[in-house]
Amino acid sequence: MDITLMYYLIPSLIMFCCGVYGFITRKNMIAILISLELMLNAVDINFVVFNRFLFPGQLEGMFFTLFAIAIAAAETALAIAIIINIFRVAKNIDVRDLTKMKF
Amino acid sequence: MESVGSIILYFVIAVAIVVFSVLTVTTRKILRSATYLLFTLFATAALYFSLDYEFLGAVQIAVYAGGIVVLFVFSILLTSKPGDKSEKLASKKRVLGLFAALAMLVVSGYALVSRCCMFAGKPAMEALTMHKVGETLMGTGEGEYLLPFEAISVLLLACIIGGVVVARKR
Repeated sequence: MDITLMYYLIPSLIMFCCGVYGFITRKNMIAILISLELMLNAVDINFVVFNRFLFPGQLEGMFFTLFAIAIAAAETALAIAIIINIFRVAKNIDVRDLTKMKF
Repeated sequence: MESVGSIILYFVIAVAIVVFSVLTVTTRKILRSATYLLFTLFATAALYFSLDYEFLGAVQIAVYAGGIVVLFVFSILLTSKPGDKSEKLASKKRVLGLFAALAMLVVSGYALVSRCCMFAGKPAMEALTMHKVGETLMGTGEGEYLLPFEAISVLLLACIIGGVVVARKR
């Protein structure tokens, strides 16, 4: 049995769809952020797998994933800083209750 | 043709990725959700190792599993009591989410499966040494990444300053 490209794309597709589901249904801001991480991670897997299977001599996909991981880390750190600030002001991080800035 | 060991390894990793990512979004305790995310990230790192990208797997463990998940756990413990459950979902919202996710799964899955015979097995790759990774990261020629590397370092600096400014006590 050969393990082809598709065998790697399907788990990553399922992971991405889980991220979409969580992003839509969750109410807690941190849970939404966790779903976002799932989606980013699925995309990273795709980059690496395409690099490994289609262009094994080059490193483009690997370095794209490397930079994507760094950007995801920066984004998460900043988002958590914002969430903690919101919690300090509103005592709550439920997205349904945060309507202060709606006009 | 792959060896039996690598096929078994692949299936363990694939099952772990699928099961833990489903559990991440379906469990109602937020701290458990973060823990399942950690397992998913570890499975992803194992996938990178099995694809011969050792450096990337190490980065995945160090940055994601070591940094981001710890950040998540800290912020969860700061913003909610441990043992808090999120309330049950309204069925309308759940149906909407399930519909979006399943529609995407079916459409993309069909597009993938209908072309499953186009792909060949894993081609051979010369071992990726740290020397080559370092030269690619530090070079300025074609296919080398000094400028993005510097841009990322500036971004991380901005992120540190931004995080401190946003989260500090006034």
